[in-house]
Amino acid sequence: MTSQTQSSSWRAWLTTDTPQSRAQARLGRAWVGWCAFRRNQLAMVGLLIVLALVVVAALAPLLAPHHPYDQDLANRLQPPTAGHWLGTDGFGRDILSRLIHGARLTLMIVALVALTAPVIGLVIGTVAGYRGGWVDAALMRVTDIFLAFPKLILALAFVAALGPGIENAVIAIAITSWPPYARLARAETLTIRHADFISAARLQGASGPRIVLGHIMPLCVASLVVRTTLDMAGVILTAAGLGFLGLGAQPPLPEWGAMIAAGRQNVLEQWWVAAMPGLAIFVVSLGFNLLGDGLRDVLDPKGD
Amino acid sequence: MNVPPMIGIDSLQVAFGHGAQRMVAVDGVSLRVADGECYGLVGESGSGKSTVLRAVSGLNPDWSGRVSIGGVEQAATRSKGFFKTCQMVFQDPYGSLHPRHSVDRILAEPVAIHGLDDADGRINRALREVGLGPSFRFRYPHQLSGGQRQRVAIARALILEPRVLLLDEPTSALDVSVQAEILNLLRRLRATYGLTMVLVSHNLAVVANLCDRLAVMNRGRLVEELTVEALRRGDARQPYTQQLLRASQGYDRATADSFRDFA
Amino acid sequence: MSEPLLEVSNLRVSFPTRQGVTEAVRGVSFTLGREKLGIVGESGSGKSMTGRSILGLVPPPGRVTADRLAFRGEDLRTASDKRLRAIRGSGIAMVMQDPKFSLNPVMTVGRQIAEAYRVHTRASAREAKRRALEMLAAVRIRDPERVYDRYPHEVSGGMGQRIMIAMMLIPDPALLIADEPTSALDVTVQMQILAILDDLCGQRGMGMIFVSHDLNLVASFCDRVLIMYAGRVVESCRAADLHNARHPYTRGLLDSLPRLDDDRRDLPVLTRDPAWLTDDPAAEALR
Repeated sequence: MTSQTQSSSWRAWLTTDTPQSRAQARLGRAWVGWCAFRRNQLAMVGLLIVLALVVVAALAPLLAPHHPYDQDLANRLQPPTAGHWLGTDGFGRDILSRLIHGARLTLMIVALVALTAPVIGLVIGTVAGYRGGWVDAALMRVTDIFLAFPKLILALAFVAALGPGIENAVIAIAITSWPPYARLARAETLTIRHADFISAARLQGASGPRIVLGHIMPLCVASLVVRTTLDMAGVILTAAGLGFLGLGAQPPLPEWGAMIAAGRQNVLEQWWVAAMPGLAIFVVSLGFNLLGDGLRDVLDPKGD
Repeated sequence: MNVPPMIGIDSLQVAFGHGAQRMVAVDGVSLRVADGECYGLVGESGSGKSTVLRAVSGLNPDWSGRVSIGGVEQAATRSKGFFKTCQMVFQDPYGSLHPRHSVDRILAEPVAIHGLDDADGRINRALREVGLGPSFRFRYPHQLSGGQRQRVAIARALILEPRVLLLDEPTSALDVSVQAEILNLLRRLRATYGLTMVLVSHNLAVVANLCDRLAVMNRGRLVEELTVEALRRGDARQPYTQQLLRASQGYDRATADSFRDFA
Repeated sequence: MSEPLLEVSNLRVSFPTRQGVTEAVRGVSFTLGREKLGIVGESGSGKSMTGRSILGLVPPPGRVTADRLAFRGEDLRTASDKRLRAIRGSGIAMVMQDPKFSLNPVMTVGRQIAEAYRVHTRASAREAKRRALEMLAAVRIRDPERVYDRYPHEVSGGMGQRIMIAMMLIPDPALLIADEPTSALDVTVQMQILAILDDLCGQRGMGMIFVSHDLNLVASFCDRVLIMYAGRVVESCRAADLHNARHPYTRGLLDSLPRLDDDRRDLPVLTRDPAWLTDDPAAEALR
């Protein structure tokens, strides 16, 4: 009973029309967003999948029944059994354990790309959109050059130049995936550049960087976050693709794409070797997509 | 009069576009506004009244002629100090506040830009000044009504303690009852701080309520200058002004037929 | 008395929201003959929703209910979608505030007007064009032939609103609902467009509902006025008598207007009485 009144008073504190402090106002906004997000059940499923990925990656050594590199050549290519729930691969390694440890690699790739590509795109797009003129022309032509190549081909070229390896794969993916974010940020900037509140900021004496950082970027971030989340599936697939081609993670790293590649020789007889990592990629991609859809409903200002 | 005017504009010319696309929006406008005076700029859309205001405010740097504020000649691009003298309130209270900034942040920004002390005190004072009180401080624009937003916009303009306030149709997006409140507020602020104001409006009655003198503009030119008393008496010399006066009296079938275009 | 053009009784428009159901219109009743009826009120008073609900143009998830909603005796609540489409346009037409949003940007204005005519009649293309040009002339466009081939972005706001009116009036509707048709326009253009509407009403015996926030305009343009507050009609009077209105809300609105013929400076501010939300206007009138 008391806990119930306590929680309802918390809610009143969060949803009040007259917050007493900056923190309360911010938390109140976050709460309203969370309430809107929670009503979208598919988005909640997506969030749970992504959270599960994070938990699995964090607790990988505890969760995995075997060591991911432990070979057992006597038991190679075993179908799922009680000892190996998802079977074993060509070296007799436990597929489940490799998938669990692979979650760390997947999460690392996703996090690194999500922290670099959209940020580069945001800076380039907002500066180009706000400054206009030759700055805009120069930055956008560079963007166009990157956009002119198919993403995977360009990433392949970068990895080939930098040398195979998971770090280089991440760099290649980040370098090739910022241009769409720059375009998006620029388009958003152009629509708000002439808004009265930007004029008002200029009349306050605000400098260009202050306007871009404090006024324009916060309005672009929402759509970039949505776009990034939706793109994460593509990033995972590109990383898997590079891994599959042998240009991403190198053996014996349990990267999911590389695992599929390793399982492809016996895909007809021992289907689980390739299918299990494929399933993992599918589930995580789906999770990011659902999450992105839900975020769009919450963050997209047009929905107000 | 030897005292320099607070706002002096001499043969202001503003043009948009180049070559064949060139359109002269303001063509040789000259006017003076004395210290503490409220001056109205009246005209229909395309008359150039808002363009004059944007040139004076420093928002639009593409103009020629002379503009002086507080006796200081102004270049096209303004120094940071200029904005402490001259502030502006916009027409649309829904567009002039950043949708993701709280009232607190909106008011704290100018204080931070100009490095002023006592941000807390200034923000609370400004809010009280426009009749909002501290309970509004941490709200976001979407939690405010149109009139409350316009009050926040006025508070933002006043927080730098300017001497000149430029008003671009500040009440035309508001309901009439809210318009009355905002007009009363502006009048009180002007009396308290001795503000010099320029009010751009298409509504003659609003201009008459707040201003002492006004200029009528049409197609980029200043048609005539008159006092509000003359306007109330219907004492307009120019036929264009007389037509505007007739149009603002409400609908009349015969009057509608008498309207003509003034080039 | 002949059959009324439009009968509305206990009209309600409600929107479900997270906090429960919000009623935008709460029991509006009126009958309309061949006259110009003004509906005035502030934003949020439900005046626009009243106009839209008659044509079934309330955006979802809004719900419209009424005890009676009849156009020339025909029940609009039970009419089929097909019948409603036929009534929209040829029976009841609507003009909105901003013509730019109501005109198709990739079709010349002339063709749009001609199409509007052909949808409701089986006229040939040539006949439709002839009628469209006539209609453009009727809304006093000086050079109809030239304007006929223009695209919406090539015409001014005033011209666009005239084109909109021409398009709406070409099927010869019996009732025109005009929702702030001149609010975005300059006063002189506004007068000219009102004159066009006035003449067309007079010549064709058309009824008109004129939704506006501008009390002076409604008082001088309409025959009768409904004053709305918070979804209800708080007062109804002859337009000419609006300046002698009795309801404190109407009085407050009138008083808060700055006037050229009155040099008082401080304007009285409207104080809203919660009783206005619940007062029964019918009982008010009897008192």
